[in-house]
Amino acid sequence: MPGSIKLKKGFDIRLEGIAERKIAGTVSPALFGVKPIDFPGLTPKLDVHIGDSVEAGSSLFHDKLQPEIKFTSPVSGKVVSIDRGDRRKILEVVVEKSGNSAVDFGKADPDKLSETQIKEVLLRSGLWPAVRQRPYHVIANPNDHPKSVFISCFDTAPLAPDYNFILENSSGEHFRKGLKAVSKLTKGKVNLVLKHGDAGNKVFEGIGGVEISYFSGPHPAGNVGVQIHHLDPVNKGESVWYVNIQDVITIGRLFAEGIYRPERLIALTGSEVVVPQYYKMVSGGSIAPMLEGNVKDGGLRYISGNVLTGTKIERNGYLGFYDSQVTVIPEGNYFEMFGWALPGIGKLSYSRTFLSSLFSKKKYKPDTNFHGGERAFVVTGLYEKVFPMDIYPMQLLKAIIAQDIDMMENLGIYEVAEEDFALCEFVCPSKIEIQSIVRQGLDLIRKEMS
Amino acid sequence: MDFLRKKIDKLKPQFTKGGKFEKLQSVFEGFEAFLFVSDKVTSKGSHIRDSIDLKRTMTVVIIALVPALLFGCYNTGLQHFRSVGTDPALFQAFWFGFIKLLPLIIVSYVVGLGIEFIAAQIRGHEINEGYLVTGLLIPLIMPIDVPLWMLALAVAFSVILGKEVFGGTGMNVFNPALLARAFIFFSYPGWMTGDNVWTEGLTKGVNVIDGYSGATPLSMLATGDVSNLPSFMQMFVGTIPGSVGETSVIAILIGAAILLITGVGSWKIMLSVFAGGIGMGLLLNAVSVNEYMELPFYYHLAMGGFAFGAVFMATDPVSGAQTERGKWIYGFLIGVLSVLIRVLNPAYPEGVMLAILLMNVFAPLIDYYVVQANIKRRLKRAKVTLNTGVK
Repeated sequence: MPGSIKLKKGFDIRLEGIAERKIAGTVSPALFGVKPIDFPGLTPKLDVHIGDSVEAGSSLFHDKLQPEIKFTSPVSGKVVSIDRGDRRKILEVVVEKSGNSAVDFGKADPDKLSETQIKEVLLRSGLWPAVRQRPYHVIANPNDHPKSVFISCFDTAPLAPDYNFILENSSGEHFRKGLKAVSKLTKGKVNLVLKHGDAGNKVFEGIGGVEISYFSGPHPAGNVGVQIHHLDPVNKGESVWYVNIQDVITIGRLFAEGIYRPERLIALTGSEVVVPQYYKMVSGGSIAPMLEGNVKDGGLRYISGNVLTGTKIERNGYLGFYDSQVTVIPEGNYFEMFGWALPGIGKLSYSRTFLSSLFSKKKYKPDTNFHGGERAFVVTGLYEKVFPMDIYPMQLLKAIIAQDIDMMENLGIYEVAEEDFALCEFVCPSKIEIQSIVRQGLDLIRKEMS
Repeated sequence: MDFLRKKIDKLKPQFTKGGKFEKLQSVFEGFEAFLFVSDKVTSKGSHIRDSIDLKRTMTVVIIALVPALLFGCYNTGLQHFRSVGTDPALFQAFWFGFIKLLPLIIVSYVVGLGIEFIAAQIRGHEINEGYLVTGLLIPLIMPIDVPLWMLALAVAFSVILGKEVFGGTGMNVFNPALLARAFIFFSYPGWMTGDNVWTEGLTKGVNVIDGYSGATPLSMLATGDVSNLPSFMQMFVGTIPGSVGETSVIAILIGAAILLITGVGSWKIMLSVFAGGIGMGLLLNAVSVNEYMELPFYYHLAMGGFAFGAVFMATDPVSGAQTERGKWIYGFLIGVLSVLIRVLNPAYPEGVMLAILLMNVFAPLIDYYVVQANIKRRLKRAKVTLNTGVK
């Protein structure tokens, strides 16, 4: 296949509870939450008060530093609460759904709109945050001109939703319209990255003006950061933008129907889900209805997203802005006697120090236990095995910890995001909170550069 | 199990800040963590974590050391009985050696872990597992007759000055076990060289029969006594005088297999140390001017601490090179230097220890150049984009 890139490094974590390729139905929760904490580096400024009525597409809050970036309500209804955390940090703005009214952003053919016009509609409708950028893995700066745009058409994360299945059950017209709109954002290439051997999807037939590439290999081959690194790496001063495939569809719907309606397919996954399958829901909805009678007993961890990069939410929490997946796994708050010394037949590990490594096809149902205490960096050469980029992960982490800006730049911080380090964090025997360190580094260098 | 857990939960408050024994918090937590894997759960980042931790990693290394340890016990007894002119049964030799070796192991662990406990308490950290391996490595690279006070001093030196002053496990520059050996080698050379220290009882000289020589192959070669050299097979099996754990290549290779199958030890370092040793041995053979240089190259791999150093010492991830490319260079140079020091510098019959310590110093430099190559690649890429104007 043309432009096929084969990655060897990485690790597919085999878990129980993958979603069946079946749509259980549409869930319509009563409550919807939009969470500023979904957007790293954002300082939100509220546009609503408790009790205000909103329509789908009405601004709830905006970016204090770039006020044109708005975050809008996914449904019409009433603002019922604004939850705050430490130092009055806004955690979520909650809207109780009623009615079906929506702000009219006007139908349009993205082909006939200019770049500025498309940006303007995306910004106003609250869909701009769906466009993100490297460096820093944050919402794209609308004043920038990216050298290219990437859309990853598969997800390799544990129990990840099958994008082919999602595409088959979504509007092809919306996808194509969305793609057209996104294409207008760059003068460079628009890269669609497919899984090797996955050419069959009809949606991709006859799509022009885009560059299609193929990737194969274990997770994180589906991470857009890894794909960018291999196809069009970000150098200092450059930027590359990317959009989730379901958001491309939502963007297409915006131009086709003139409304903001972020309805998507959500994979409900994990070992503690009775029947793991797909649900149709508007983004930001409470996950409580889809869990109703469908999870097992015991202390459970509810995750918006996958087990590696997702966010911990409550049982009645809200789906994150970028997430197409909900994972439910057992909590691990128990003591295990001589846990480190047991042969470990059922233990999930990348290493070959447990007997379980003899059974390569087995699926696991891990819990949230740390399996050890935090230590200094000791083992070497391990992160590299699950990090398919030409970057030295441990050296970069050490540069971040030392706050050495020059070294961070030299070692490639502009190309990475915390999600690319998720597997390093998983395999780390020293139990270092690697994703947090990377995010701190990204925030630091972003502040330094602005 | 529940009983124990309840007991610990009951005792715990006394060992936390403000409790009666708050000064022993680290020690208490260390033992608690030994008995029970903590109930701590993830809060940010990855929600699931690999079942492995440093305890597990270190346990694998200890298991890998067991064959060398067992053979060391046997050989200690064997050499002793040979020196007094008797032929021991297998178990008799083993038991004798075990009884002699046990005090060394106990002193090593008590002194080393004692210092670790104090250091952890001062820093307010959890106790690190690193010393579990070091504590067993040290007796295995000592002559069996080393006085216990000397061993205690060496351990204290290596743990305090070699490790804790740098920040503890993970921060040290030198391999702590080798540092303990180097301490005795330079401070009390009479106890680390010569012909008498390697066999139990020989330093006292009681009942030793005429004609028994406790000389190691390396000291024979250093003094030009090539004719009495044991056969390659004897050295490979390990029934020769030497440091406790280093003599049997077979036992070490079993350990190496455990490290490689589990992936805990770096195969790149092991392979490149052997490659370096073979390369240097062949080179010396080619330009040979004396009997030592004529020694078949493969003898070097079986003599002295070469195999033990390659498998257990050079592969220490903290003091070795940390980049994968660096590991090749690091290991290869250890092999080259080991043989070079042995053959061309008769003052230091054992070259492996010094070669590894020297390369510990150079490991960061090797890594520096490997990482610089990566940085240059990135800068070049940025310049190419600028020049061609693709934006």
